Amino acid sequence: MFSVLRASRGAWLLPLAAVVVTFVITLPLLLIARADPLAALYAFVVEPFTSRLSFTEILVKTTPLLLTGIAVAVAFTAGYYNIGAEGQLLAGAVCAAWLGPLLHDVPSIASIPLMLLGGALAGALWALIPALLKTRINVDEVVTTLLLNSVMIFLVSGLLNGPWRNPVTKMPQSPAIARTAEFPMLLASSRLHLGFIVALMVLAGFWFVTRRTAFGLQMRAAGLSKSSAQFLGVDVSRTLLIAALFSGAIAGLAGVGEVAGVHRRLIEDVAGGYGYTGIIVATLGASSPLGTLLSASFMALIDNGAQEASRSLGVPIYLANIVQATLLVTTLVMLFVQRRLRRLR
Amino acid sequence: MIDPHTHAAEPAAERPVGPTIGPTVGATVERAVELRSITKCFGALRANASVSLHAGAGEVLALLGENGAGKSTLMKILYGLYQPDAGQIIIGGQPVIFRSPADAIAHGIGMVTQHFALVSTMTVAENIALGAGGGLFNRARAETRVRDTAARYHLQIDPAATVCDLSVGEAQRVEILKALSRQARVLILDEPTAVLTPQESRALFGELKQLVAQGLAIIFISHKLDEVLAVADRVTVLRDGSVVGETSTQGASAAHLAEMMVGRAGFTPTGAGLRAHPAPPSSPNSSASGTAAGARTESGIAQDQRSSPGESPLLAMHDVHTSRTRGLSALRGVTLDVRAGEIVGIAGVSGNGQTELAEVLTGMRHITQGSITLLGHSIANVSAAQATASGIGRIPEDRQTGLVGDMTVAENMALEHVRDFTRAGKLSLLDQVKLHAHARALIAQYNIKAAPSSQAGKLSGGTMQKIILARVLSRNPMLVVAAQPTRGLDVGASEYVRGKLIKQRERGAGVLLISEDLDELLALADRIAVMFEGRIIGSVDSAQASAEQLGLMMAGRSGAQSREVRETQHV
Repeated sequence: MFSVLRASRGAWLLPLAAVVVTFVITLPLLLIARADPLAALYAFVVEPFTSRLSFTEILVKTTPLLLTGIAVAVAFTAGYYNIGAEGQLLAGAVCAAWLGPLLHDVPSIASIPLMLLGGALAGALWALIPALLKTRINVDEVVTTLLLNSVMIFLVSGLLNGPWRNPVTKMPQSPAIARTAEFPMLLASSRLHLGFIVALMVLAGFWFVTRRTAFGLQMRAAGLSKSSAQFLGVDVSRTLLIAALFSGAIAGLAGVGEVAGVHRRLIEDVAGGYGYTGIIVATLGASSPLGTLLSASFMALIDNGAQEASRSLGVPIYLANIVQATLLVTTLVMLFVQRRLRRLR
Repeated sequence: MIDPHTHAAEPAAERPVGPTIGPTVGATVERAVELRSITKCFGALRANASVSLHAGAGEVLALLGENGAGKSTLMKILYGLYQPDAGQIIIGGQPVIFRSPADAIAHGIGMVTQHFALVSTMTVAENIALGAGGGLFNRARAETRVRDTAARYHLQIDPAATVCDLSVGEAQRVEILKALSRQARVLILDEPTAVLTPQESRALFGELKQLVAQGLAIIFISHKLDEVLAVADRVTVLRDGSVVGETSTQGASAAHLAEMMVGRAGFTPTGAGLRAHPAPPSSPNSSASGTAAGARTESGIAQDQRSSPGESPLLAMHDVHTSRTRGLSALRGVTLDVRAGEIVGIAGVSGNGQTELAEVLTGMRHITQGSITLLGHSIANVSAAQATASGIGRIPEDRQTGLVGDMTVAENMALEHVRDFTRAGKLSLLDQVKLHAHARALIAQYNIKAAPSSQAGKLSGGTMQKIILARVLSRNPMLVVAAQPTRGLDVGASEYVRGKLIKQRERGAGVLLISEDLDELLALADRIAVMFEGRIIGSVDSAQASAEQLGLMMAGRSGAQSREVRETQHV
């Protein structure tokens, strides 16, 4: 499962086949909804590439998915099963929403790094508790990181419906962040923001640390075989702790990106499930840098495709979500089957 | 592993099996079960070679043999877990074929292993009812039934007790009851005392007597001589997959059983050439000093340190204790010296503390009492990294632990000393060029059949062991701790490993060789210390040691002779 993408070298036919299979499976549903199946297919996989706007929208969506994907991949590489990227993303977003409005008199050159740093620290802090529980008294991190997600979701809700609620409109939104704290746009008339560059830099860092440093070697050893790593002198507890904190920090950056680059304030569904999708991204990408990039883009494509299809065909978003889910499952199954076949040979 | 062919070639009949009473004894009682010429191979390994035995109703048959002698394989065949390649199982005079344990159970075979198959949150009665299969469950009726069965066989158990509240001995009793409630007539107990305290073992023996009095046949698997003599009526001894003897326990001596179990000394299938080492323990350094000048090490085995034999040992362990993991398999006061330029062998039946001894020396286990010093510096409770840094070369018992299977050969060769493969600077960048050059050099030097980028876990056991050896020995360690270094390797690879260990002695390093292969120990070691129940029960000069004597010590009897030798040795 973890190396599905690694095994798919030279299998570029596969995505095409997955699209066709998905189309066949979902055809009855599209017909029931009286949607033109061919138009739906077009909207799903072709339209995103037809205009600059829709293409950059994929990249906008790729940004948080790439960051949460790397966050989860970092942890998985060290053998730490961080399911809490959603909460850590929110922690970063809360910090950005708190810092943002305070930075009116600070130039962008200082305020943007400050926002990133604050968000990363907040994410790391939210990851610290389960990491300490894991390394000190061996509490299962899957449970603790997952549960802390709910805690953070309620915390955000409390803030937005309490102290940060807009006093005039009564909307559950935090005050807008300072203009100087906003991420600059990368392209005119698009929503693609600085966060995308940040995500790519983090990806490069992830590759560099895991493949080119002594710590990365020890971290991979800890993840591949804890007992061997221990025997070979790796301080596994310390390695897990560091990996967990970096994982939280990277998820926190995703939260900063959503606040400073997209919404400009904290809203309730700022996380949008990116933390959980990040787990799929990392798993599908075999926790490898290239794999994570590919799977994050793929997830962004089908997510955008769902919205595109729903909008242009006037079908309910649920139908588009079904198509999206079918495409994901079909792709996974095909990758899996392909890998099995390869092993049989 | 001893070359199986060497042993197989010697017919069992030629062995001096002493008071062999053989089939005539069994003929007097009804044969509950009989195995005829059972053969089972796993690949090239012959686990059972034409093994025949029988157990009569109302008797305890002990199946005695060392680890790997084929006892468990044979019993798994009888319990339907394995199918024999050849041979027959005969029950009540009829040949039967067991395709699964269900078939065996249906024919009245019950087996109790060391790993209990009990649901710990359920009660005794519920667990036994689970094994009984279908129908409605009535708690009161189930408990009554268990109480009745227990009473019939004089076993004391509370049917309403929850399993997790029971002691290990009581849980084992539940397993026995489970088999009995399925109408077992033949009960196989696979090393039942391994998990018990001595008191619980005594209680078990009493219970077994009750069971055979009720007409059951019991097959009792063990490698402990005392137990076998205490509980069994007859003993069948297995070695290297073949029956090497069968005798009544009446009049049988432990010494005789030990001799059968471990085989005779004198022949050294692998060690004949290796034995040529000069180094007698009295002057280990005279021979080593010549070669060591060229192989002078970074780790600092300076000649002056070695040229004073007996003055200060390289490794000194004094009264080392560890907390017990389970039962007795922890260290309970180990005192041991290893000097430069000698190989000290550790013999013992597995589970008597050898694993823990290796772990304590390699930074994998903490001690609770005692001292360990290497050249006078304490290495008690160091981390794995510190153990390596202080000059200990570590060859682990389990090769899977020594390597990260999913990493490359080059990475595995570098991982233990990763700091040596980094470029200066805080980021500690891996020097890939150096890493691969190092791997290529070791591969050439140690003749390893792999590429630097091969995945370590996909290589053969021998190749994996070569990688570990290369990594460890290329550092010129002061002390090599080799735990079961040839286990599971073929003859060629074993020879290779042994040759490398002898080279280490010649270089002037101290070697602690922990092995279950007595022939290997006799061939390689200058001195052999025997572990029993967490202690060194005695140590003998291997030139004067015999397999019989070692076998007795391994069974927990430190004979007068061995004690004498031990005193003349330094210790």
